[in-house]
Amino acid sequence: MLNIKNLHVKLEDEDKQILKGVDLTVPAGEVHAIMGPNGSGKSTLSYVLSGRDGYEVTEGEASLYDHDLLDMEPEERAAAGLFLAFQYPVEIPGVGNLTFLRTAVNAQRKARGEEELSSGEFLKLVREKAKTLQIDAEMLKRPVNVGFSGGEKKRNEILQMAMLEPKMCILDETDSGLDVDAMRLVAEGVNALRSPERSFLVITHYQRLLDHIKPDVVHIMSNGRIIKTGGPELALEVEKNGYGDLLAEVG
Amino acid sequence: MAEQISDAIEVREGVDRETVETVQNMGSYKYGWDTEIEMEYAPKGVNEDIVRLISAKNEEPEWMTEWRLQAFRRWQTMTEPKWAMLNYPEINYQDQYYYARPKSMEVKPKSLDEVDPKLLATYEKLGIPLKEQMILAGIEGSGDTPAEGRKVAVDAVFDSVSVGTTFKDELAKAGVIFCSISEAIREHPELVKKYLGSVVPQSDNFFATLNSAVFSDGSFVYIPPGTRCPMELSTYFRINAENTGQFERTLIIADKGSYVSYLEGCTAPKRDVAQLHAAVVEIVILEDAEVKYSTVQNWFPGDEEGKGGIYNFVTKRADCREARAKVMWTQVETGSAITWKYPSCILRGEESQGEFYSIAIANNMQQADTGTKMIHLGKNTRSRIVSKGISAGKAQNTYRGLVSMHPKATNSRNYTQCDSLLIGDQCGAHTVPYIEVKNTSSRVEHEATTSKVDDDQLFYCRARGMDEEEAVALVVNGFCREVLQALPMEFAMEAQSLVAISLEGSVG
Repeated sequence: MLNIKNLHVKLEDEDKQILKGVDLTVPAGEVHAIMGPNGSGKSTLSYVLSGRDGYEVTEGEASLYDHDLLDMEPEERAAAGLFLAFQYPVEIPGVGNLTFLRTAVNAQRKARGEEELSSGEFLKLVREKAKTLQIDAEMLKRPVNVGFSGGEKKRNEILQMAMLEPKMCILDETDSGLDVDAMRLVAEGVNALRSPERSFLVITHYQRLLDHIKPDVVHIMSNGRIIKTGGPELALEVEKNGYGDLLAEVG
Repeated sequence: MAEQISDAIEVREGVDRETVETVQNMGSYKYGWDTEIEMEYAPKGVNEDIVRLISAKNEEPEWMTEWRLQAFRRWQTMTEPKWAMLNYPEINYQDQYYYARPKSMEVKPKSLDEVDPKLLATYEKLGIPLKEQMILAGIEGSGDTPAEGRKVAVDAVFDSVSVGTTFKDELAKAGVIFCSISEAIREHPELVKKYLGSVVPQSDNFFATLNSAVFSDGSFVYIPPGTRCPMELSTYFRINAENTGQFERTLIIADKGSYVSYLEGCTAPKRDVAQLHAAVVEIVILEDAEVKYSTVQNWFPGDEEGKGGIYNFVTKRADCREARAKVMWTQVETGSAITWKYPSCILRGEESQGEFYSIAIANNMQQADTGTKMIHLGKNTRSRIVSKGISAGKAQNTYRGLVSMHPKATNSRNYTQCDSLLIGDQCGAHTVPYIEVKNTSSRVEHEATTSKVDDDQLFYCRARGMDEEEAVALVVNGFCREVLQALPMEFAMEAQSLVAISLEGSVG
């Protein structure tokens, strides 16, 4: 379970406060969505949780089960079970997708003191998972994200998620740049991974992704804070009326 | 692997294994240990007497002694080239040994069984067992393919002498001659006389001329017409003695329609004082023949402050002497304090082809000035250059390359791709291409890029669980992929891990 308390974050190089006291708890097995207008701090929250450089936590805490996330290196957070599906997956020329996946899987296993997967075991697993995401052998061989379409990149993120079997998955605008079919495919991939031990934090602008990935709880974020929390109906309300009314409500 | 080998190592008296291993594991250069062995040295310095002495030690015929003396006299009139982007203290050529051989090699061993066990153990520890056995190559990425056995013949050169060559008999059955150059001078003088100095003339350049005078050993290969060499050939060079230069000479002749793949590896112990290595490699390729020459150069690079290390001044050249001859140079240069090296192709035969694939890594205080020369002399000749330079720490890495299209080399093509990668903000990458085109039908293309290891890429890898060094190694290996793919399988894997090791400590 993910626990965030009173999290304040500013940019490292600028005197600009982005998160101004975020409180959030995502219990095991639940799917939470965060919606909010541009610039509300949604992506920053995902970066800070996964340990990207460039941010300074000025106050507050964040933990994943008994791990204090903010004290850990990005790779330690990953090994502890945190996964971020990037809004803009990064290209790594010359590095085959399979090599990348295997290096990542084994790095995490090693960090947790588990035995590394042999190439046979790994290949079997990856083929199985790739199939359900309609990722073909050719795509597994290509360099990581290089020349991938928007849909391929996002499916590839979900494949990594499926292979790494994290406890806490953060999806940062995974629906951006996807057509309806690609979105359904990605959502199916995510839904297949739902389990009582795994939690999700789905960051999105739009309700439409939540038609496919049904959230238990919806949070509205604005100006660095969560301003309202409710059930799935909250997302429908936003879809219908926009953020204007909600923002007016909290002043 | 290291564990298995260390069991076979003879540990010196009074030093327990643990100490040896601890010392070995200090720092990232894992070949930095030395072998304590009784050596015989020629007096320090170089003069005509030393040249004669080396010739005598190798039991050479008089024509060879004369050839060396001629080179030496020439060398005395030459000056060290200074055009490379390299800074190093003046080399005192009289303050080092030009000949050093283990005493046990005084009487030439007739077979590997007679070679000093200490020497055999040295190569064993380097991962080069001098036994005639299959080398197991695990195939990466495909768990379905079982590991396959391959044979690789090895000529092992220790300081100034070749200590042994494996699979000689089996190769001889195919008509292939694979032996040390000193043996070739004695046993195959007609071939040596015909080809030695025919690609790199005695007077070629300062370092090559010095080598012509004082070379002590190296490898000799002759592949007869129409023969595909039945296994890969390799030479492993080890500098062990202190204050001693290594001057090896390699001569490869691929007769009409033949094929050979040749590998070269090099390491040296950690020493505080820089050591000189000036080698010459000549390759003669006749009609329709093909030679692949791959190097993994991992000489001691010096410490982080730039103390010690090998000064590597090497002249390597292949002459595609007849029609449709083909050569491919592949080099992975990770070691040496100073690298001055331009493996070149003379494309004399019509439709001959030259390729050069290079990875040059310079970390800490290392300096590399390396590249190639493609000399197009014949019609319809083709060349391709793919160079990947990686700089980290305070290192300077220069690609220097010449593409020359002569008037008669009509309809010839060259493609050059030259990429530089910078890690950190204190290193430098330089690209110095020279292009000469003297006919109107040839085409030369040059592409160059310089990039930095991208923070987004590193974060992406780390967010997936890789630590920073693993992430850098992955990104850099991706950058080098085209060149790594050009290497034979077992070399490619070694090179890949070497790339990672060479860059240890370059981030964070």
